[in-house]
Amino acid sequence: MTIDITRRAILKAQAAGIAAAAAGIALPAQAQPVPGGVGTLDITWSKAPCRFCGTGCGVMVGVREGRVVATHGDMQAEVNRGLNCVKGYFLSKIMYGADRLTTPLMRKRGGVFDKDGDFEPVSWDEAFDLMAEKAKAVLEEKGPTALGMFGSGQWTIFEGYAATKLMRAGFRSNNLDPNARHCMASAAFAFMRTFGMDEPMGCYDDFEHADAFVLWGSNMAEMHPILWTRLADRRLGHEHVRVAVLSTFTHRSMDLADVPIVFKPGTDLAILNYVANHIIRTGRVDEDFVSKHAVFMKGAVDIGYGLRPEHELEVRASGAADAARMEPADFEAFKTLVSDYTLEKVSQLSGVEPDFLEELAELYADPSKKVMSLWTMGFNQHVRGVWANHMLYNLHLLTGKIAEPGNSPFSLTGQPSACGTAREVGTFAHRLPADLVVTNPEHREHAEEIWKLPHGLLPDKPGYHAVEQDRMLKDGKLNWYWIQVNNNLQAAPNSDHETWAGYRNPDNFIVVSDAYPTVTALAADLILPAAMWVEKEGAYGNAERRTHVWHQLVDAGGEARSDLWQMMEFSRRFTTDEVWPEEILARSPDHRGRTLFDVLFANGTVDRFPLSDLDPDYANQESRHFGFYVQKGLFEEYAAFGRGHGHDLADYDRYHEVRGLRWPVVDGKETLWRYREGFDPYVKPGEGVRFYGRPDGRAVILAVPYEPPAESPDEEFDFWLVTGRVLEHWHSGSMTMRVPELYRAFPGAQVFMNADDARRRGLNQGAEVRVISRRGEIRTRLETRGRNRMPRGVVFVPWFDASQLINKVTLDATDPISKQTDFKKCAVRIEAV
Amino acid sequence: MVRPLLPLFCAATVLVAAVLAAPALGQDAPRLTGQTPPMADVPAPPVPKWVRDDVRRMRAYPEQPPVIPHSIEGYQLSVNTNRCLSCHRREFTEGSGAPMISITHYMNRDGQMLADVSPRRYPCTACHVPQADVAPLVPNTFRDMSELGARPAGSE
Repeated sequence: MTIDITRRAILKAQAAGIAAAAAGIALPAQAQPVPGGVGTLDITWSKAPCRFCGTGCGVMVGVREGRVVATHGDMQAEVNRGLNCVKGYFLSKIMYGADRLTTPLMRKRGGVFDKDGDFEPVSWDEAFDLMAEKAKAVLEEKGPTALGMFGSGQWTIFEGYAATKLMRAGFRSNNLDPNARHCMASAAFAFMRTFGMDEPMGCYDDFEHADAFVLWGSNMAEMHPILWTRLADRRLGHEHVRVAVLSTFTHRSMDLADVPIVFKPGTDLAILNYVANHIIRTGRVDEDFVSKHAVFMKGAVDIGYGLRPEHELEVRASGAADAARMEPADFEAFKTLVSDYTLEKVSQLSGVEPDFLEELAELYADPSKKVMSLWTMGFNQHVRGVWANHMLYNLHLLTGKIAEPGNSPFSLTGQPSACGTAREVGTFAHRLPADLVVTNPEHREHAEEIWKLPHGLLPDKPGYHAVEQDRMLKDGKLNWYWIQVNNNLQAAPNSDHETWAGYRNPDNFIVVSDAYPTVTALAADLILPAAMWVEKEGAYGNAERRTHVWHQLVDAGGEARSDLWQMMEFSRRFTTDEVWPEEILARSPDHRGRTLFDVLFANGTVDRFPLSDLDPDYANQESRHFGFYVQKGLFEEYAAFGRGHGHDLADYDRYHEVRGLRWPVVDGKETLWRYREGFDPYVKPGEGVRFYGRPDGRAVILAVPYEPPAESPDEEFDFWLVTGRVLEHWHSGSMTMRVPELYRAFPGAQVFMNADDARRRGLNQGAEVRVISRRGEIRTRLETRGRNRMPRGVVFVPWFDASQLINKVTLDATDPISKQTDFKKCAVRIEAV
Repeated sequence: MVRPLLPLFCAATVLVAAVLAAPALGQDAPRLTGQTPPMADVPAPPVPKWVRDDVRRMRAYPEQPPVIPHSIEGYQLSVNTNRCLSCHRREFTEGSGAPMISITHYMNRDGQMLADVSPRRYPCTACHVPQADVAPLVPNTFRDMSELGARPAGSE
């Protein structure tokens, strides 16, 4: 009541003020013109994808006098049709934090580089000279496996492609991994293992066709808000539509849930097998579909937890040595395995009411309901993340609810080009472009041909994955390390003992390219200032296989340069004689004595498009610098990997005209649903459905059991810790925390806790507490009433706040197959400060 | 007149140097750049209060979703009820004095106007956020288009 009175009083006062002001103005006799003509009101609008999550919303970016002055949702973008979330609406401000890095900074003492020195501004030449000197020394002493690079799903397609060429072909090291490893490696592995091809068969159009939505470990309302608007549109606009949400705590997505399910951490595996059991037991297997399009396999069990090999849990795990093994099986074997997962047993294990479990199972079993399943980090950041993905595909394959409008198992992504760059370009330690892998000799040979490089050049052993890179840095086996476009000291698990120890190991030289002084940048030895987002021409690939491209719209400040420019320019400092073995050069004398820039980028393919191909209305820093249309050349060379192989991309120029296209783009047409005749040009007439990624054209139904998490609460550490994001901040917050409105909307991390749990410990809302694990601790503030409503025994801490590095507390257990960290399950205790 | 950009960049460089030299950029700058040293545990500042003065804030540009000048703690936003709409819906604004939801919110995905708020606009907090009463961690040098020479009819 008081508030209402206040509000009305203020509004009245304001209205009076406005009236008075209006009264004082002499009204003109006729309309006044716009001073200087209406042209002075013009804003130059151009399209770009959003800089944040994997949804891939289209935004219109308004520029005046070389500065972004406004952004809004692109009405013509199919993904979001005019909408943005609050982060997207504030894109205008992400480039303008006053602490933007504008010059390279090197740690120095007495005028020379010193790992223990303080940062001093240096020229690009001095920065690159030192980097090259350090790289050459490490190559000389230890060889290519001591060089590494850590990128991300925020790299543009060109940048990821340049990185994979520079690291694998240039330095002959596969120690290249993206932070996407922390994000959706489990999803990518399960796609390859199930369908033989990465990425979803469906697309966002499924939102308008589904009768039921099931969220497995995804809080879309906060993490993919615009996809949530499409889901809300469907659910609220159509009475028959149902939504089930599964999570380890109650969050905003539960607000629209008809079937809200809060389960005990890790027991989603048992729930998945129960649903499979329910489908079989009630006779709702689509036998025709399964007999034609699926094949049964069983997986290795007791596969460990991806910890350091000497950890007791790894030593004890009988299946850890061959965790990825799959053996042929049959329907009976699958049926027998899942028959163990009865309603009673799973209800008890998961803590979920039997009625909810049955209601959930019926969404899948009922042949009349089209189901879209959605998942993100709850599934992927899971010590059995690959299994969880498999188990969900099992449900869609058993019922034939796949690869058609509305029937869609859909893996969402968290970064703008997790799919486009990390996966399609293949910046993982074991991958090459277009689903090729470094371990396959034919694949390597194919890459060497496209790249016009000598055979035998590309290394055949997978490099260190993200978590392993930190371990190897700490152990002194990885000594030269370049981090671009991510904030890994804030993001990586068990960061104090592994990541920080690795970066500050005196044997190591750490370079960080970033737009802002992040906690990672400040832990480096050399910081390179990066151009970001529309300060460069770019291309991203979103979660529905949509490739979209944008122009450079403004210049980066000072000497900041794009990651692409940095890698290409740096490559000039090496000759093949310095980095390739003599036996390869002897076989390929034409490559002798040339710079890496020459053999990787000025190779006749990448440099074949002249500057006259550039759109004269837009700047292009890299192309003007190098003298050819860099982005187009890289894109067209890269596209050669996928064209004709199910990964077809359109001609580069077309992407500047459209709001993205979903690959495969064949005969100029994008593909909305893969693997189904009539939608996918790769499925021949009469085949109906064909999972052509696998030689037998069948998808895998995998029999795997429930296995417990790596660490569970006990008497000493009596809570589950779950980490994650909030709507207002993206990832580590390095962009969003610098936008005043977004910062004020969520001005610091908190620990979300159940109110009864807090009361029993004598803790009040807002109290300062310690969150303590076996690895480390942070101090934070207690939240018992906020947007996340925790069940007893579970706490949630977001990781965007650099002053509360929750990853000092988390456990570096990973899925043993995907090597993706489980950020959702470790044991902590909470103490008052 | 176009202001030369160079001084701005120099200023930013100095700021960076300041960040690197001393941790204090704003009251709460470690939230951006970490503690010194980064792995140190330091006290967590108290949770700030929400702005609740009901004074509408100027938008940084016309397309910006307005921020919420009051607390929304405890507001329910579910299938059955939407507390925001109970004041901001067209039919209720006379009684509440609250601003009416933008007409863009009555448009469906195909751009057609509906009789009431479109379901796709139902999750208000996806775009509209309350504001804590705190100073920014670091200044933002975003410049309003009105500072860049855009002046409407009637302004001379």
